[in-house]
Amino acid sequence: MGLKRMVNITIDGKKLEVEEGTTILQAAEKLRIKIPTLCYYKALSPQGACRLCVVEIVGGPRKGLSASCSYVVEEGLEVKTNSDRVIKARKLVIELLLLRCPDVPKIKELAEEIGIDRSRYERFQPNEEKCVLCGLCVRVCQELMGVGAINFINRGSSRIVSPPFGEHSSICVTCGACEMICPTGAINLEKFSKNKPLPISSVFDEGLVSRPSIYSPFPQAVPKTPVIDRTTCMHFLNYACKACESFCEAKAIKYKQEDEIYEVDVGAIILTPGFEKFNPQLKDEYGHGRMKNVLTSIQFERVLSSSGPYQSHVIRPSDHKEPKKIAWIQCVGSRDSLCGNEYCSSVCCMYATKEAIMAVDHVPGLEASIFYNDIRAFGKGFEFYYESAKNNYGVRYVKGIISGIKELQQSGNLLLTYTLDNGEIKEEEFDIVVLSVGLVPHPEIVELAKMIGINVNRFGFCQTQTFTPNQTSRPGIYVAGAYEAPMDIPETVMGSSSAAALAGELLSEVRGSLVREKTYPQERDISKEEPRVGVFVCRCGTNIARVVDVPSVADYAKTLPFVAYAEENLYTCSTDTQLKIINALKEHQLNRVVVASCSPRTHEPLFQDTLREAGLNKYLFEMANIRDQCSWVHAANPKQATEKANDLVRMAVARATRLEPIHEILMDINQSALIIGGGVSGMTAALSLAEQGFDAYLIEKEKELGGNLRNIFYTLDGQDPKSFLENLIDKVKGHPKIKIFTEAEIEELSGFVGKFKTRIRTPGKEEEIAHGVVILATGAQQYHPTEYGHGSSDNILTQLSFEEKLAQGEENVKTARKVVMIQCVGSRDEKHPFCSRICCTEAIKNALKLKEMNPEVTIYILYRDIRTYGFNELYYKEAREKGVVFVRYEVDRKPVVNVEDGKIKIKMFDEILNREILLNPDYLILSAGIHPRPDCEELAAKLKLPLNADKFFLEAHMKLRPLDFSNEGFFMAGLAHSPKFINESIAQARGTAARAVTIISQNKRYVGGAVSVVDQDQCAACLTCVRECPFHVPAITEEGVAYIEPAACQGCGICASACPRKAIDVQHYKDNQIIAECEILFDQREAG
Amino acid sequence: MTDFEPKVVAFCCNYCAYTAADLAGSMRLEYSPYVRIIKLQCTGKLDILHLLKAFEGGADAVFVAG
Repeated sequence: MGLKRMVNITIDGKKLEVEEGTTILQAAEKLRIKIPTLCYYKALSPQGACRLCVVEIVGGPRKGLSASCSYVVEEGLEVKTNSDRVIKARKLVIELLLLRCPDVPKIKELAEEIGIDRSRYERFQPNEEKCVLCGLCVRVCQELMGVGAINFINRGSSRIVSPPFGEHSSICVTCGACEMICPTGAINLEKFSKNKPLPISSVFDEGLVSRPSIYSPFPQAVPKTPVIDRTTCMHFLNYACKACESFCEAKAIKYKQEDEIYEVDVGAIILTPGFEKFNPQLKDEYGHGRMKNVLTSIQFERVLSSSGPYQSHVIRPSDHKEPKKIAWIQCVGSRDSLCGNEYCSSVCCMYATKEAIMAVDHVPGLEASIFYNDIRAFGKGFEFYYESAKNNYGVRYVKGIISGIKELQQSGNLLLTYTLDNGEIKEEEFDIVVLSVGLVPHPEIVELAKMIGINVNRFGFCQTQTFTPNQTSRPGIYVAGAYEAPMDIPETVMGSSSAAALAGELLSEVRGSLVREKTYPQERDISKEEPRVGVFVCRCGTNIARVVDVPSVADYAKTLPFVAYAEENLYTCSTDTQLKIINALKEHQLNRVVVASCSPRTHEPLFQDTLREAGLNKYLFEMANIRDQCSWVHAANPKQATEKANDLVRMAVARATRLEPIHEILMDINQSALIIGGGVSGMTAALSLAEQGFDAYLIEKEKELGGNLRNIFYTLDGQDPKSFLENLIDKVKGHPKIKIFTEAEIEELSGFVGKFKTRIRTPGKEEEIAHGVVILATGAQQYHPTEYGHGSSDNILTQLSFEEKLAQGEENVKTARKVVMIQCVGSRDEKHPFCSRICCTEAIKNALKLKEMNPEVTIYILYRDIRTYGFNELYYKEAREKGVVFVRYEVDRKPVVNVEDGKIKIKMFDEILNREILLNPDYLILSAGIHPRPDCEELAAKLKLPLNADKFFLEAHMKLRPLDFSNEGFFMAGLAHSPKFINESIAQARGTAARAVTIISQNKRYVGGAVSVVDQDQCAACLTCVRECPFHVPAITEEGVAYIEPAACQGCGICASACPRKAIDVQHYKDNQIIAECEILFDQREAG
Repeated sequence: MTDFEPKVVAFCCNYCAYTAADLAGSMRLEYSPYVRIIKLQCTGKLDILHLLKAFEGGADAVFVAG
């Protein structure tokens, strides 16, 4: 493989050395001289058909005009690409093309580029021709696909592209390359191919649109590397094409890449395979796949998404018209024994509600209807959301059963037939029908479960027990997320943290043993240096360079004040460019670096690390975002994009010159936790932390540990709460790393994450403890009903008291003939608008227990919606099968209870019978809700923690951070967060231990950086910052000035903008640094 | 005034609006090339002075997103 000979040529006066065999067009591209082309395609041999790329050869063996795409350079060649002769020739060519194809956008675009708006010539007759006979289609079919199904046929003005004899080709493979490559849109593949061309449907967009064979799986994919779909790529199917290889400048395409098998040694495994959506075609009656406007909820999610197929414009697939009426059908593939999925999928009611609200938001006047069985808005804040959907967005909830869907031929509308609760049958027309499909286990995990030998339930979900959530039947293998049971996002976050804690407990001995620390050279002191800025402008392959004139931006950077060095790079983030940056820093004594490339959100840490490796403080770095916020969004305006890139670089340089090194401070962390509340949540968290090797201080208000679990006597899955609790208490009491304080109260809690101090008062004693984090697990309590005659008869009980009597086997209870339970007592009403989540299941648990003791008993459960989500649905079914009668009431027609002569009389309106009924039970059981503790406000104030409107503690983010407070170092678990089941409390509690460990597993941490700093000479102690800070960080010191603890500051800068004396500034975002950018925002030169 | 192109400066929060602007890029959404973005750690830091200086710097309008 000898070196290729080099040839010297001159193009437009610029000298260049290129390899022998290069064409003039390729050589000009190297000099970034643009020559217009039409019939040229990088991966194909040149044809020279369109003659648009003509150039003038002024020096060399053959002088005159020639097509640059096919002219191979020779030594001493001299070319002009823009001479008068060339321009004249090009104008003529484009005029003729314009005459042939007056309406083709590509031709019009080229004409504009060349400076022609209309042809001087006229046709004898109007023409709708689109084909310019450039031959790209013929070449791609022959050269790249190796098929040769089409060619030119006929001569002169009859010349066209066609398969032989103008018939459908018998060898065409229907790959669509001809259609794709045609610059003028002249090809209709159906005329060439015998087969019907099928688009490749996008999996991410749920088949609503098509995608190419090379694609990025979804917009936020990490890593964001495109992949080749081997099942549709012509190279993998037919050993053909390979066009992508000629376009990828990074040479990143590897056709021979194979799957690699890795073997890893691990101590624990966490299963988080997620779920698959129910296949709606198993419920054929709903017409999915047959009727275009019947979508699944996930498809509709894509319709709503701004990154979706319609850019969040709500339209329907059949005719892209905006809908006026949309219906959601609930429980498709859930709560349905016909398809084998008898469980409830838990999330569909709320996602349908969310989709309905969003659709109404997008399309004003849209009528949204949700057809449901029970609305299961059981999560924290869900009931409020559901009510708001009804009242503020006009979402109509219809309790009814769909008996059929018909597609109307003309309009594509859908005619829904449904039966209401009272038996009435109705028909209604909708523009779109959305099927709220349920959650099923992924088919691949069903196989994997068999392989690794874990127990699954009969639906294929991973089997866990009430007291051991996240633990599979095999030690060391844990589970989280929807594979354990269908669940919403907050529960998956809790469960995954819990699984991490379980692995942490198992592997605590080897924690950190694989960590390797990186070392950096001593930082250079630059305090006495003038700013010397180095600017690195990235081409990002062609991502930036295609639009922005990168060399001119780099040249412009050199003219800016304090810029000592500037260069352009193909990929600034590549490893070799990092070395170049380090060398340039040394060679040019740079003390600031500006990289103009992509987003600092993704790449700043990488470049900052490079600075550190070169001995420069990482805060002396600044980025100009000329890709994500420039070339990618201004592709149609290259000139303005280049101006913007110049502006962004100028702003970045101005800011860079004012950047200062910031030295972060190492702070010791107290590697222990304070846990407030000694119920099952608090004990679980304490035990998990202790098992992971950290000290835990557990404080309990009462004399005894145990909390609410002491009142629970049995569970639905047959576990024994008493022995579980005793065992847990023993473990907690016996653990050397746990210190318990009973009858304890918090007097004062001070400090910040990593360094808290708490004074605890116990009878006759006060102690101060130091700890790094706080876990709040203060629980909640059962509502004490004042309604439904509670207190007026000994036979009117709450579920908890009833459970106790059942457990004691009280004779009167066992022999009762008739028992009525009323749901939603102290829940979902005006005073307590939230749902208590567990009462439906608890009522069914007790009903089943009573039925077990006395099968003859008649039990009525008066309810509004039965919210037995997940696998609890099976117990609801069992209760119905065993004869428990469920009677629905409406909130505005609640049952009326009277006690006359010691006898309980209940009057209520039965919605199904459409008449009033009377019940005379022996016992009335009230499903009293779960309410916050009365002292929660006092505690919240003491700890400076937020509560929500219902007085439950408020998390940092409802969906994504359900274990964290927004106050750093504080976490929450159990009923203090919201009503939940025991297994959910345990998962959340163990999860908080995992969250806490992310902080206390380090003995030191860096603090400071981009945080607020007070100039204490300026401070007048006016308390403005103290009042404004949302995190309660600023405090007044003994010297009478404000102090902001860098370890606690979040760097939001509210204090700095509020400070009337400007005594506070945020490091790295100082006023002078921001103003430096503001002052030179736009290029002032044009304004003169 | 028909071809007037307002120059807009957007002060964006690092956590939300700046991310949204990046996403607009990933999705290749087009918007006016006369928009310049200044990243802040949080728009809580924004000061009236910054707004006025932005007008001095040639902006016709200021947009705060956070």
